[in-house]
Amino acid sequence: MSQTSNISSVQKSAQPDIEDMRKMHVVVVGHVDHGKSTFVGRLLHDTDSLPNGKLDQVRKNCAAEGMEFEYAFLLDALLEEQEQNITIDTTRIFFRTTKRAYAIIDAPGHKEFLKNMVTGAASASAALLLIDANEGVMDQSRRHAFLLSLLGVKQLVVLVNKMDLIKHDQSTYEKIKVEYTAFLKSLGLTAVHFIPIAAKHGENVVQRSDKMSWWKGPTVAEALDNFKHEDDLTGLPLRMPVSDIYRFDHRRIIAGRVEAGAIRPGDELIFQPGGRRSTVRTFEDWPGPSREVAGTGDSANFSLSEQIFVERGQVAAHPNQQPRVGREFRARIFWLGKEPLQQNKTYRLRLLTQNVEAVIAKIEKITDASTLESIEATTVPRDTICEVIVRATRPIAFDLHSECAITGRFAIEDKGRINGGGIILDSISEKTSGEGKVTAAERTARAGHSPAVIWFTGLSGSGKSTIAELVERRLFDAGKKVFRVDGDDLRTALNRDLGFSSADRAESVRRASAVAGLFANAGHISLVTLIAPLAADRAKARAALANHAFIEVFVDAPLEVCESRDVKGLYAKARRGEIPEFTGISSPYEAPEAPEVHIRTDKLSTTQAVELVINALDKILESKAEDWEV
Amino acid sequence: MSRNAQNDHLTRLEQTSIHIFREAFANFRSVCMPWSMGKDSNVLIWLARKAFCGKIPFPLLHIDTTYEFPEMYEFREKAKEIHGIDLIVRINEDAIRRGIGYATHDPVTVTHELKTVPLKAAIDEFKWDALVTGIRRDEDPTRAKERWFSPRSAEGVWDYKDQPPEFWGQFASTAPEGGHVRVQPLLEWTELDIWEYIRRENIPNPTLYFARNGKRFRSLGCHPITHPVDSPASNIDEVIAELKLTRVSERAGRAQDHVGRNSMQALRAKGFM
Repeated sequence: MSQTSNISSVQKSAQPDIEDMRKMHVVVVGHVDHGKSTFVGRLLHDTDSLPNGKLDQVRKNCAAEGMEFEYAFLLDALLEEQEQNITIDTTRIFFRTTKRAYAIIDAPGHKEFLKNMVTGAASASAALLLIDANEGVMDQSRRHAFLLSLLGVKQLVVLVNKMDLIKHDQSTYEKIKVEYTAFLKSLGLTAVHFIPIAAKHGENVVQRSDKMSWWKGPTVAEALDNFKHEDDLTGLPLRMPVSDIYRFDHRRIIAGRVEAGAIRPGDELIFQPGGRRSTVRTFEDWPGPSREVAGTGDSANFSLSEQIFVERGQVAAHPNQQPRVGREFRARIFWLGKEPLQQNKTYRLRLLTQNVEAVIAKIEKITDASTLESIEATTVPRDTICEVIVRATRPIAFDLHSECAITGRFAIEDKGRINGGGIILDSISEKTSGEGKVTAAERTARAGHSPAVIWFTGLSGSGKSTIAELVERRLFDAGKKVFRVDGDDLRTALNRDLGFSSADRAESVRRASAVAGLFANAGHISLVTLIAPLAADRAKARAALANHAFIEVFVDAPLEVCESRDVKGLYAKARRGEIPEFTGISSPYEAPEAPEVHIRTDKLSTTQAVELVINALDKILESKAEDWEV
Repeated sequence: MSRNAQNDHLTRLEQTSIHIFREAFANFRSVCMPWSMGKDSNVLIWLARKAFCGKIPFPLLHIDTTYEFPEMYEFREKAKEIHGIDLIVRINEDAIRRGIGYATHDPVTVTHELKTVPLKAAIDEFKWDALVTGIRRDEDPTRAKERWFSPRSAEGVWDYKDQPPEFWGQFASTAPEGGHVRVQPLLEWTELDIWEYIRRENIPNPTLYFARNGKRFRSLGCHPITHPVDSPASNIDEVIAELKLTRVSERAGRAQDHVGRNSMQALRAKGFM
């Protein structure tokens, strides 16, 4: 890659044999009037990328109107055609060299510039930034570089344009280079080259200029061909966000795109948040044979050796190189929303396939993208960059942007629309000290969810414990605080003194609700499994737990079904008269009239039943999450 | 098998498209894939089968204008069987009763009546909130501005003036009230990519794409308004060799694009693909 041996590979004939089919996406930015359009027009012309006859047509038009021809008109003419009178939006201009195909991302418009640039530049591998040699570094020269750093565009070539206006003077060029290099450095950016050009005359664009013999570096075309595609992240720690779990046939297949690193059969994976582990059994490719490795950028689909609970949003990693798991971080964000970003407001945070509610806990400062100066504020207007503390309502898996960019950035959604994005600067550990007595809100904040009581009622043998155990497992694996208060367990200890009389049954319900309440106070989701046959007793329990989210689950199975199951042999005993006042046989069961969840265990699978309960819980916790801001 | 997204251009396109399919399926309640039986559409079927491990978990929709080439109907039945497709077919019978047709009406009107109207009716009937389409950025200037996930209003209108931002793999994943989202997994593909992928994967396609008597179809639509181009390319290798040299646009043989200066734009804003 020595520069002196570089021969421009730019096409001159109609059709090159393209060496590299992957299109290189390049965004072109710079201060207004620093020569963007002229440069792109000239580049298209000099690479012979214009449609047949276009140049002649534009020249003729100019002559007819008595105007001097400019290369910028070429671009305008092309865009006009592309626009077909459409209001400007990000678009792409295609051209190719013998080395490869390019898409120049054009993000025009002063209005909505940020939205256009974000959409365009976020998919760019490289950027060209123009500075007018005559005017020097200006406001937008700095602003655009700041955006590039935020969007993670690392390959940058600066074009010092209009060298003809300063008589190709090397010392002016050097001055700009020194000044702008220092600015880039403060953003953590480095330009690969500062190329002196005169776009209007095609100097150092494709053809080398004989007026700047002091310039030994590449032409723009050579620099373009030297850009690399996005870094190959295969060598980084594995990050594979789960897109979905497929059960189309007997197989259970985990699907997701490998964003960094690689996966092979036999790898032990940990799924975060949740922390469950399993081993990759095999890839499940159609039409086969299945691949042996899924590297960065591959959409993987594999089965696991041990079945564990996995859901969309979790990130698969190797256990020795895990992402961070937490709820709070400091981020630099850009805001595109029509309504200002507000402190203490809840938004949706989307990081890869994770999608959680999150509060902008604090707006630390607004940054002027040109001067990098900070201003304090509590709201952030559109098209502004700021630093904030983000607090998600439940733990998420992430990396710092500096460690792994792809898992260190996120989008912010408001009312179903993506309105901003950001990069994670620091993780903030959970708050460990406060003042005064510990409040319920603090406990909720630490748990990452509100507490709740889920009361499973139903006949003996209806399946209360079975379902509750599965619900507990799901919640536990999802990182929730959860505990089961089981009627049978209570009976052997706390309720040892109680029998089956209606007074004793009422007392047993009262005690169970008190225990469930204590766990809920401690921040847990308590799952109570207790027959509680009488509506009046259940109503009292609900009233006693009124300050917590309460879900009554009626596990409804016909008596015959329960009796035929008779796991504990109780029905047989009751039929023989060995247990007095047995619910359903010799004592009434008053079915709930309006339970939050009604499970017909003879009609639903346990999986479906669990799903119903989880959905009801999610709904109630989501509504609670809005009002537990500390 | 060392092909992966890092080292192979076609695999990279393929793997990205698969990801788009999966994100759509995970995000939307009810997905449908219109199927024109053309080359891009057939590549989509192939990619969907790869995304979902062999079987497409949503229905395909053929809007039958009744002006398809006879060979396309034969191909439809054959492909349905090969891919195990759950196919819904819709015809705008009402428009045909009203005598709408190419003999009497202009292509823009017919395209709107026989394609866009029944498509909209099917969306209303089945309440799909996502439609997977095979459009590509290189086909047409208005398609160059498209997003991977592109929301359409309840009236099917594309608000190209206020498109949602799209970055870092985050897409518009909520359909507007009463509307749907167009999911476009082939956005980054070119016509050449499509043919090279068809060759690599051996994907079934209608033979109308190959030259007979010095003419072949590059793009397929209704027979009265779809014209073959001069070409000796009678097999896939020759088609690929030809595409590497041509400077004629792909849709040059599709009359409805060229009626007025902005006809494609007008069609698309009203809900055409």
